[in-house]
Amino acid sequence: MRKVLVLFAHPKFEHSEVNQALIKAITGLENIEIRDLYELYPDFNISIQKEQEALFEAEVVIWHHPIYWYSCPPLMKQWIDLVLEFAWAYGPGGIYLKGKYILNAITTGGSQEAYQHQGRNNYEIGDFLRPFEQTARLCHMHYLAPFHVAGTHKITDQQLLQKAHSYKEFLLNLRDGADISQFNNR
Amino acid sequence: MNGFLLNAILYILAAIICVPVAKKLGMGSVLGYLIAGILIGPYLLGFITNEGEGQDIMHATEFGVVMMLFLIGLELEPKNLWKMRQLIVKVGLTQVLITAALVFGIGMMLEIRWQISLAIGLSMALSSTAIVLQSLKEKNQMNNPIGRMSFGVLLMQDVAVIPILALLPLLIFGEATPATDAAGMHGLVDSFPGWAQTLSIFAAIGIVVLLGQYGFGPLLNWVAKTRVRELFTASALLIVVGISFLMELVGLSPALGAFLAGVILANSPYKHALESDLEPFKGLLLGLFFMAVGSTINFSLIFNNASTVISLTLGIILLKTIILLIIGKTKKLRLASNLSFAIGLSQVGEFSFVTYAFALQLGIFDQSISDTLMAVTALSMTITPILMVILDKVIIPAINQTHKAIEKDMDSIDEHNKVILVGFGHFGSTLGRFLRANGVEATILDSDPDRVEYLRKMGFKVYFGDGTRAELLQSAGANEASILISAIDNTEYSIKLVELCREDFPHLEVMIRAKNRYDAFELMEIGVENIYREHLDTSIRMGEDVLKKLGFRAHTVHRLAKQFRDYDEDALKVLVKFKDNRDEYISKSRQQIELQESLLSGELMRKFSINDHTWDSDSIKEAANTDGNS
Repeated sequence: MRKVLVLFAHPKFEHSEVNQALIKAITGLENIEIRDLYELYPDFNISIQKEQEALFEAEVVIWHHPIYWYSCPPLMKQWIDLVLEFAWAYGPGGIYLKGKYILNAITTGGSQEAYQHQGRNNYEIGDFLRPFEQTARLCHMHYLAPFHVAGTHKITDQQLLQKAHSYKEFLLNLRDGADISQFNNR
Repeated sequence: MNGFLLNAILYILAAIICVPVAKKLGMGSVLGYLIAGILIGPYLLGFITNEGEGQDIMHATEFGVVMMLFLIGLELEPKNLWKMRQLIVKVGLTQVLITAALVFGIGMMLEIRWQISLAIGLSMALSSTAIVLQSLKEKNQMNNPIGRMSFGVLLMQDVAVIPILALLPLLIFGEATPATDAAGMHGLVDSFPGWAQTLSIFAAIGIVVLLGQYGFGPLLNWVAKTRVRELFTASALLIVVGISFLMELVGLSPALGAFLAGVILANSPYKHALESDLEPFKGLLLGLFFMAVGSTINFSLIFNNASTVISLTLGIILLKTIILLIIGKTKKLRLASNLSFAIGLSQVGEFSFVTYAFALQLGIFDQSISDTLMAVTALSMTITPILMVILDKVIIPAINQTHKAIEKDMDSIDEHNKVILVGFGHFGSTLGRFLRANGVEATILDSDPDRVEYLRKMGFKVYFGDGTRAELLQSAGANEASILISAIDNTEYSIKLVELCREDFPHLEVMIRAKNRYDAFELMEIGVENIYREHLDTSIRMGEDVLKKLGFRAHTVHRLAKQFRDYDEDALKVLVKFKDNRDEYISKSRQQIELQESLLSGELMRKFSINDHTWDSDSIKEAANTDGNS
C-alpha cells in the first residue's frame, strides 16, 4: 500500500460544490493524506519544513486544484516555488523526491471539447500542464496523466456524484495498484 | 552701570543681537559671542568699564568648559576612549611638545630669559577647548576624523595643564613671591608633602571612578523616582560641581575630572537625561565665557603696541598652524580637512589665562608681559573663528573643486539609530523586540526609572526620560533618526511629542500609538498620519479565530479581516470631519456611542462576507447556461 498525499489548493473552497464533492469522497481513507493549503497557510506563509516532511513520507503526490487562467491558484505556485528547494528536490543532492509519482487532479469550467486543438482553448489540457510535468521531471519524479473534471459550470448532481466516486477509485488504485506506471500519460 | 539685573540684561541683549547675526552670516555662535563681548567691552560701547569685571566673569564661566567636557565624556563610551588612546598620546603629545619647544626656541633667540620663554611656550601650546569643541559640534564634525583628532589634541592639552602648573614654580628666578594659593587651580593639599599630593590625586581619581560606577546611578535613580524634574537637574549639577570641587582640592583640572565622570556615565541609562538637563547651563556659561573673552581684549594696549601684539598674534597662529598641518599630514588627512584641523586649533586657549595669572603671581612674568600675552591670546581666540569662516566659505570649496578626492572616514564612533522608540511598556517592548529581531536597533526612552533599570539588566539599551523635551530628543539622536515611535498609552503626551517633533525635527516620521477611536481623532486633527489604535488589530485577530472556529475558511477570514480593518480606518477618516460639527454639545461618551452606531450601520450596509465575490463562478455559470454551447 502506497502513501498518497493530496495537496489541495482552492482559494474559496466553501463556494466550490465540485471540489467539495471530490474532497468529501476521498476524506478519511487510510494512507491518503489531504493537505488543504489555503486552510493551512491563509497568509501564504508556507512552512517549508512541514511540507517537505509530508512529501518525504508519500510515494504518490497529487496537485489538486481548479484551473484558473490555464494554471493553478497562486498558493499552489507559491508551494512549488518554496517547497521544491534546490539541493533538496533538484540539483546536486536533490534526491528526496526521486522515483515518486506525481500528477494533477484538476477541475475546469470549460468542457472536455473546449480543451482540444479545434476547441475554444486551442490546446489540450496536457499542454497547459506542461510546466507541472517538467517540474516533476526536474525533481526526478514520474509524472502521471491528470485526473480531469471538466465543464464544472454545467455539471449535474448525478454527474458530479459519479466523478467523485471515480476520483476515489482513482486514488485507491494509485494507493493499491500493482503497477501504476501504466497511468503514464505518454 | 551697576546692578546685577542691568548687567544681565546687557549681556543677554548683546548675545541675542550678535549671535543670530553671526549665525546668519555663517560665522558660528562662538564668533557671535566674542563680537558681542567686544561690543559691550570697555573699548567700544563701554558698558563694561572695568577690565577686571570681564576677567571675573571669565573665571566664573570657565565652569562652562567643565560642563562641556562632562557632556563630551557622556558621549564617549570607555571602549571608544580606549580606541582613541593612540590619537591622544601621539598627536596630542607631539603637538604640545613641539609647539612649546619652538616657542621656547624663538624666545631664546629673541634673548628673553629662558624661564620666561619656557613659561610662554608651555602656555601657548594650549588651544581653546571651548572654542574648538563648540565649533565642531555646531558643524556636526565631532565624529569625523577632524573632530576626533582635534578632540585627541585638546584632551592631551587638558592633561598637560597639570604638569605645566606643577612646573611653573620651578621656573622662579630672582626674588619670588611665595607660591601658596597662587592660582585657582591649587587647593588644600598644597601644604602636603609631595608623596601625599600624588597619593591624594590618585585617591581623587579613584573616588570619581567609584562614584561614577556605583554612586551616581542609584542617586539619579532615587531622584528620578520622585518625578520632580528640577531635582534631577539639581543632581546633575551636583555631580559636575562636586567632581570639580574634588579635583580642585587635589590640584587637578576640573574639566579633566568631569570628563572622566562623563565617560564613566556614558553607559548609564540616564545619559540622555543628563545631557538634556546640563546642555542649557553649558550653553549659557560658555556663551558668557566667550563674551568675557571678547570684553577683556585690551584694545588700547593693542593700538599702542599694534605692531608687537599683531605680529605676535599672527606669528603664534601661523606657528601652531604649521605644526598641526605637519602632524595632520603624517596622519594622512586630506588637504581641506588638514587645514580645518590645523587652523581650528591654532588659537591660544583659555587655560593659558590661568597659567599667565599663575606665572604673574610667581613673578616669572611682569605685568606688561602678562598684559601683552593676554591680549595676544584673546585676539587669537577672536581671529581663528574668523579664519575658519574664510576657510569654510572660500578656501575649502576652492580646494574641493580642484580635486574631488573622497575622504575615507576613519571608523566612526557615531552610534545613533534610525528609530527612536518612546515608551517601553508592554506595547513598546513587543514592538522593540520585533524590530530588534529583524536587526533594527532603536534608541529607547522610558520615564519609569524602575523599568529602565530592570530592562537594562535584561540587556536592552533603554534611556531614562520622557521625550517631550527637545534637548532630550536631540541627544537621543533625533537629528540623525528618521522615525520616531510613541508607544505610550497617554495620548495627551503623544500630542505634545508630535508638536515638538513638528517644531524641532520636521524630518522625523512620527508613528503614534492611540488608545481608542477618540484619541485617534485628536491625533488626526493635528495631522498625524500614522496612527495605531491598540485594540484594533487584537480584536480583529480574535474575531478571525472565532470565525475559523465557527467553520469559516482560514484564507477567506484572513482576507475579510484585512478588508474590515481597512474599512474601519477609512470610516474613521470620514467620521473625523463629522465629529467636528458636534463637538460643542455632545459629551464624549455620547459621542462614542454615536460613533459606534454609525460604524455598525455602515457595516450592515456592507455585508462583508455576502458581498465577497472573489473567485465566484456564479455569473460565469449563468452566462454559460444561457449561452448553452461553450
